[in-house]
Formats: sequence, C-alpha cells, structure tokens
Amino acid sequence: MNIYQEEILAHYHEPSNNGELKDPTHTHCGFNPTCGDKICIDLIIDHDTITDISFHGQGCAISQAAASMLTEHVKGKPANTLKNLTKDDILEILGVELSMNRMKCGLLALETAHRAYYKNIDESKS
Amino acid sequence: MNTKLSHYFPQCTHDPTLIYLDTAATSLTPTNVLVSMERYYTQYRSNVSRGIYSNAETATKVYEAVREKCRALIGAQDVQEIIFTAGTTHSINMISSSISTLTDDINRAHGPHIVVTAMDHHANFVPWQHVITHYPEGTFSVIDLSDDYTLNLTHLTEILTEKTTILALPYISNVLGTINPVREIIAIARDINPDIIIVVDAAQAAAHVPIDVLQLDCDFLAFSGHKIYGPTGTGILWGKRKHLEKVEPFLFGGEMIAEVTHEQTIYKDLPQRLEAGTPNIAGVIGMGSAIDFIQSIGFSTITDHEKELTKYALEQLKLIDDLTIYGPQDEKIRTGVISFTVDNMHPHDIASILSTEKNIALRAGNHCAMPLHIQHMDVPATARISIGLHNTREDIDHLVDGLEIARKILCKPSKGQKV
Ligand SMILES: Cc1ncc(COP(=O)(O)O)c(C=O)c1O
Repeated sequence: MNIYQEEILAHYHEPSNNGELKDPTHTHCGFNPTCGDKICIDLIIDHDTITDISFHGQGCAISQAAASMLTEHVKGKPANTLKNLTKDDILEILGVELSMNRMKCGLLALETAHRAYYKNIDESKS
Repeated sequence: MNTKLSHYFPQCTHDPTLIYLDTAATSLTPTNVLVSMERYYTQYRSNVSRGIYSNAETATKVYEAVREKCRALIGAQDVQEIIFTAGTTHSINMISSSISTLTDDINRAHGPHIVVTAMDHHANFVPWQHVITHYPEGTFSVIDLSDDYTLNLTHLTEILTEKTTILALPYISNVLGTINPVREIIAIARDINPDIIIVVDAAQAAAHVPIDVLQLDCDFLAFSGHKIYGPTGTGILWGKRKHLEKVEPFLFGGEMIAEVTHEQTIYKDLPQRLEAGTPNIAGVIGMGSAIDFIQSIGFSTITDHEKELTKYALEQLKLIDDLTIYGPQDEKIRTGVISFTVDNMHPHDIASILSTEKNIALRAGNHCAMPLHIQHMDVPATARISIGLHNTREDIDHLVDGLEIARKILCKPSKGQKV
C-alpha cells in the first residue's frame, strides 16, 4: 500500500500546530535513534483540558504527519482524550497501513505526547 | 561495458525486477554457496572433529578446508591463525574482552589507551568504549576525519603515543566508502609505538579489495561471511599467533578441550582453543564456497566492475538537484558504498518510495555509525546505496529515476510564487 496518501502529504507539507508554545505546562522530546527523528511536544493543560498543543522537530513524512494529526485530534479536548489515545487510534487517524519498520515513525508523536503528559503530572504531584 | 554477473544469484532470477543496492548490509547469495550447504545437509550431515565414521570425516575435511581458503584470502601465514566466529562483531568482542591478557598496559599506572576512528561501525567502537570503563585510568580517543572524508592522519599522529595500547580502525567505511590507507597508518602507528596492537575491521573490504595481512602488518583482522556472499552467522578472526596465544577464550565447553579432570582443564591448541561448542558447520562450508566464488570471479574483475559502477553512480547522483554525497569524490580511494541526502526528503521516505515505486532496496538511517552521522557529518540519517557484483548501470539509472519520483511525491507542489 502506498503510504504517501494525499492527506498525509498535506499534513507533512503544511503541518498544523507546528512550532513551540510559550509557557507550556507539559513538554517532552522523543527520539527515534535508528532514523534520527526527533519530535518535541508542548502542551498547555488547564483544568483538565488541552487548551493548546504544538510539536516541533525533524523527521520523515510519516512521523511529521502523525504529529500534526495528533495535535489536531486532541486540541481543545479533555486531557483524557490524549491519555486514552492508543496506537490503533493513531493508525486509524493516519489511514494507512504501516510496515513493521515504519511503525516507529507513525507512533513517535503519540509516545512523546504521552510522556509529556505523564512526566509533568508526576512532577506536579511532588 | 560492465560484465553481467547477476545470473550467479538466484534471488535476481526469483525477482527479476529487484534492484538490490544494499550489499554493504548483507550480500546476495550465489548458487554455489547454497549448493554446498545443501550438500552438507543432504549428503554428509554430521558433527565435526569428533566422529570416526566416514561422513564425519568428510564434514571435518570440508569444514577445515575453509580455514585454508580464509588464510589464502587474506594472505595469512598459518591456517591455525584463522578462528571461525559468528561474524565481525563476535570477532572484535573476542579481542576487546581479552584486553587484560593481551597487554600489560592494564597493570601500569596509566591504564590502557584505546584509539578508534570517527568512521568506525558500532561493532568496532562500542566494544572498545565499553572495555575502557573497566579501567579507571584508561583513556579512549577518536581519530577525526578530514573535510574530504578520509581519516585525518595529522590528528592520528597527535593522538597516538608510545603508550597507546590498541588502534582499531575500519579498512573501508560502511558509510563513506572510504578505503583507508591502512598500511601507511600502521607504519605511522608502529613508528610511534612498535608494540601497539592494531585491529582492522575488514567487514566492508574482504569481498571488494584484495587483503594481505602480512603486508599490512596488522595484529588482528575480522570479517563477516554474510558480507562476502556467504551465509549469515559466519566470519573469522585472524590474529598474529603471538597475540592469539594470549587471547582468553570467550566461550568454554566442548571442542576446545585436550583434557579435563576434576582438578583442571587443559585446552587444545589454536584454533580450537578459541572455538568452543559445535560450530556453524554448514555456515562455514558456505563461507568457503563464497570465497571460491570470489576467487573464481577474481579481484581484478571485481574491482573493475565495482569501480566502473561507482564512478557511474557518483556521476549520475551528482546531476541530481539538492543531493549531497558524504564520502570521497575520488573513486580511486573509495568503494561503491555511497551515502547521500537530498534536501527536503527524509532518507526513510526516500527508501520507502524507492521500494514501492521501483522495487529498489537501499538503506536509510545511520548505518550503525551514529558518532559519524551526528558528530561529524551533522545529519541524523542518510540514504545509502552499496554496489555488489550483481549490479548494473541500469540499476543506477533506476535509482536516479526513483529519486525523481520521490521528489515529485514528497516535495510540495509549487503554487505559483514560492512563499
Ligand atoms: C564496517 C563494519 N564493521 C562491522 C560490521 C558488523 O558486522 P556483523 O554484523 O556481521 O557482525 C559491519 C556490518 O554492518 C560493518 O559494515
């Protein structure tokens, strides 16, 4: 299956929510060491709502498009939407089948967003 | 015109549209290698060095004959200096983990000093970086590259001292394709310290350039069977006998034993002392046939074929807009391992698209050379092609077409004025 579908390329060429946030409440950078991809996710969570989210970094079309689509999907929604977001959800949003070797590209944004979410929750408890 | 050699490889017949440009990762397998391994499994399967019956003798004879083939391939003096291993990684770890018996430096106040290069594969970098952590006084240095992607020999002379214990370097870089002037480097190193132990990683060299360990004057040399048209899980460690005698076995068990009593064990002589356990018999036999294959083609045909294609590939790639090649421009000091990037196209996307659109197999990533990519080339990843005997000029033409297709797919369609 051709993974370079129009929608993926559109997100790759003109990503949504691309850049850094000022004063994020949560932030994390994730790496994919085999391909050198890096994605950072900034979140602003206010009263359990994701009031803003952005990503920046470098990577292939799949990892960039997945990050863009993820941010669109959760922005303005309850924090639980991100918390409960699964691998299958991301693959459904992407709308293409990924080979084993490209799976890491598709899931880097999700893993990074989850880490951002949990990292700062833990810190704020302490 | 280059010679057509693809008919030796069943995979090329199985999938005639396949354009395999990843020989540096692992080479395709010629028919004679498959036949010899099948013959072992179907005609004289038995263990080596133990049975008395005739098949066991056949197996032992065929297996041991491979040692001689390896010896001849690298110009070693003595077959007993050829140790069969699972591959280059295994071979290098055997030496690095034995540093305490190989050298007295660990007992000296300054500890061992290990030098590697910025272009080493992780297999010849990490074992050394790891072993030095056992010695608080030990030091680890990395030789830099020059702007033309060759080793910086001035930096080499600055780093090496009369106390340097080990110099580990690749014969040929698996990313840049650079053929290092190993003989010259070793002469420089021995001038500084005659006792330095020099470890040559010949994984990317053994199938592509003739090797002569005596002329090089290295102390150890390793290669993998699967990169010389042989099966996976095979390889050798060669070492000067005086060093091999000091290498501590990595594995203990059967096959390596002269005598065991409750009180003590006496080991066999080389090479068995360093080859505990039932070996990869079929694999070693296959590796022997791979060497037969290389010798039957001959290094002059191999280098002619590969140099011609490398030159052609470099010329064609240079015509592509926004493409950067990482490696020497001069095909005389390089092989057909060519890494490149194209602006605004991630190597993973290039590899995916070339696979789906053109059935081209090429590699994307850091090719197990992260320090080189991140600290010297300043790119997280590259696309890499590597040329083997089956390749033709048409393969390069398809690559060039494929890269233009990738550009059409990946690059933003220009809507009038560029922003
Ligand atoms: C230069 C170099 N050294 C070492 C290795 C490791 O070889 P193996 O994985 O067969 O042990 C490779 C293979 O990728 C290589 O290209």
